[in-house]
Amino acid sequence: MYRYDEFDAAYVRERVAQFRDQTQRRIDGRLTEDEYKPLRLQNGLYLQLHAYMLRVAIPYGTLSSRQMRALAEIAERWDRGYGHFTTRQNIQFNWTRLSDVGDILDHLAAVEMHAIQTSGNCIRNVTADHFAGAAADEIEDPRPTAELIRQWSTAHPEFAFLPRKFKVAVTGSPNDRAVTRSHDIGLRMLRDANGAPGYEVIVGGGMGRTPMVGKVMRGFLPRAELLPYLEAILRVYNLHGRRDNKYKARIKILVHETGEAEIREQVEAEFRSILANGGAAHLPGEAELARIAAYFAPPALPERSAVSDREEDARTFDPVFAAWAEVNTTPHGVAGYAIATVSLKAIGASPGDATASQMRALADMADRYSQGELRISHEQNVILPHVARDDLPALHAALLREELAEANSGLISDIIACPGLDYCALATARSIPIAQDISRRFSDGPRARAIGEFRIKISGCINACGHHHMGHVGILGLEKAGVESYQITLGGDHTENAAIGERVGPGLGAEEVGPAIERLVDAYLDLRASPEERFVDVCRRLGLAPFKAAIYREDKRDAA
Amino acid sequence: MARSFVPSIVSANDLMIGDVVYLDASGGWTRSLAEAAVAHDAETAERLAALADQPGAVVGPYLADVALDGPVPRPLHFREAFRASGPSHRPDLKRHSE
Repeated sequence: MYRYDEFDAAYVRERVAQFRDQTQRRIDGRLTEDEYKPLRLQNGLYLQLHAYMLRVAIPYGTLSSRQMRALAEIAERWDRGYGHFTTRQNIQFNWTRLSDVGDILDHLAAVEMHAIQTSGNCIRNVTADHFAGAAADEIEDPRPTAELIRQWSTAHPEFAFLPRKFKVAVTGSPNDRAVTRSHDIGLRMLRDANGAPGYEVIVGGGMGRTPMVGKVMRGFLPRAELLPYLEAILRVYNLHGRRDNKYKARIKILVHETGEAEIREQVEAEFRSILANGGAAHLPGEAELARIAAYFAPPALPERSAVSDREEDARTFDPVFAAWAEVNTTPHGVAGYAIATVSLKAIGASPGDATASQMRALADMADRYSQGELRISHEQNVILPHVARDDLPALHAALLREELAEANSGLISDIIACPGLDYCALATARSIPIAQDISRRFSDGPRARAIGEFRIKISGCINACGHHHMGHVGILGLEKAGVESYQITLGGDHTENAAIGERVGPGLGAEEVGPAIERLVDAYLDLRASPEERFVDVCRRLGLAPFKAAIYREDKRDAA
Repeated sequence: MARSFVPSIVSANDLMIGDVVYLDASGGWTRSLAEAAVAHDAETAERLAALADQPGAVVGPYLADVALDGPVPRPLHFREAFRASGPSHRPDLKRHSE
């Protein structure tokens, strides 16, 4: 885990004191709301439908057990006993009182956390593969890179007022779990022919009202050149990004309107200029990169047999455990260990929500079974990254006690959903109740496992915080003629094979969505060539027409 | 043709707590829709909007259309209805369920 140095610690403390003072001045009337609003947003404090919401960054999704306990305490002491983990590896507290904000931020600072740059037109929390440092398929841990970018981008004076917000994601695995192709900048770690480390740099991806798959700006960028190259991209964007229209202000629009080749030329020219004008002198040297990387050194895991008799016995005699282990564990890079995904998608629950008691229990489990480490995934689940296979049955038993043992990772009830109109001031429709309804319809575990990988993603407005464009099934809640209306998109993919889903037809009423998804799934089960052929694969093979017919009951309408 | 006047109330978020409040007839703020001051005409709506300009007490006051078909003003837009009732996904988070 990265630990704050004296500069980090002092900076965060100063910012808390500064914001505490700004908040006090708003309360006693020395600041107007117009003056205060940009200040609170720079500190992650939003005013939502029912209360203030504080968005706290979880850099690259990594948490220590100590930090998780602090989040639990905040939820309990200053909120309503729960927190909401988001698709950008943040946590949101939905019931923050203005007079408590300073105390909450102090509490966060004590465990090296903050809410800075979780809002506003700046470089936001840098996200990463939630299996970082543990996955068997990893080329390299992406977190030292993400931390380097965090340090570079925090309070960077040149990039504090960009045309629009700016999001960066990093993956160290060829299997992209960080959605890099839908970020403003996505970085995929690579090795060149000589084994030297570097990045594929993807620029101009995004969701929102104009979804775009990012373009490869550089096929291979040597690791040492990362920061000046990022600086070049940001400078081109800062100079030419549209500030006249917020809907066209993201870098994806700049890349699209200017053209990929022209943007690449501008970025490369700026990059050369930075290096020629002394920028190279500011490159982090190998020693600094090594210093940061040392914080993410793999834990010293005791040697274990690759096969655990204890796990195998439990799989044989305990079908509930067997189902969970099959669906919610992933191969670890070290023999005898597994990565455990703890689902925050219990049937009928609100996706991504965890109670204070669950957070504390997860912290205890992390200490006992996972080297004190946790991760938050963009899929709104919690990861225990280093669990001995021998310990999986005991971990599962502990999860059962906390109602955290849903065996549905990657299945149809593992739904991403933004807070929607139940909380969000920008939302046009609710997301969570739609997720709850679908989840209940597919509560039967064997059926859900028979359906296989099935990614449903729900957004409550066009801003697409619920990643609906990249869902195998995307659901977008809008307002139509004074009622909630839900558009369905099919065929999206958030992985290295990134694809934007295609809208199939007119919106459905809230009560029509669940039944439509059931018909869609029935059609898929009829059409798939084998149980291994996922829904999104069938979409690619056959197109969307049969699924559109199922959603809108076109066969029945034709027959009538 | 001019739009006929729709009865309205003034809603805002409380400065300190951030929750939903309504302007009452005395120029104070209430959490009860039943106590909200209702404008039956444009002139009253304008007067209530002016009265609601209290930056030390609330954030973002605005007029919201209501129907007067029951004992309590009923917000016409579903967004306002959700603001009035609280989050819908957990019964314990409903307004007035604390």
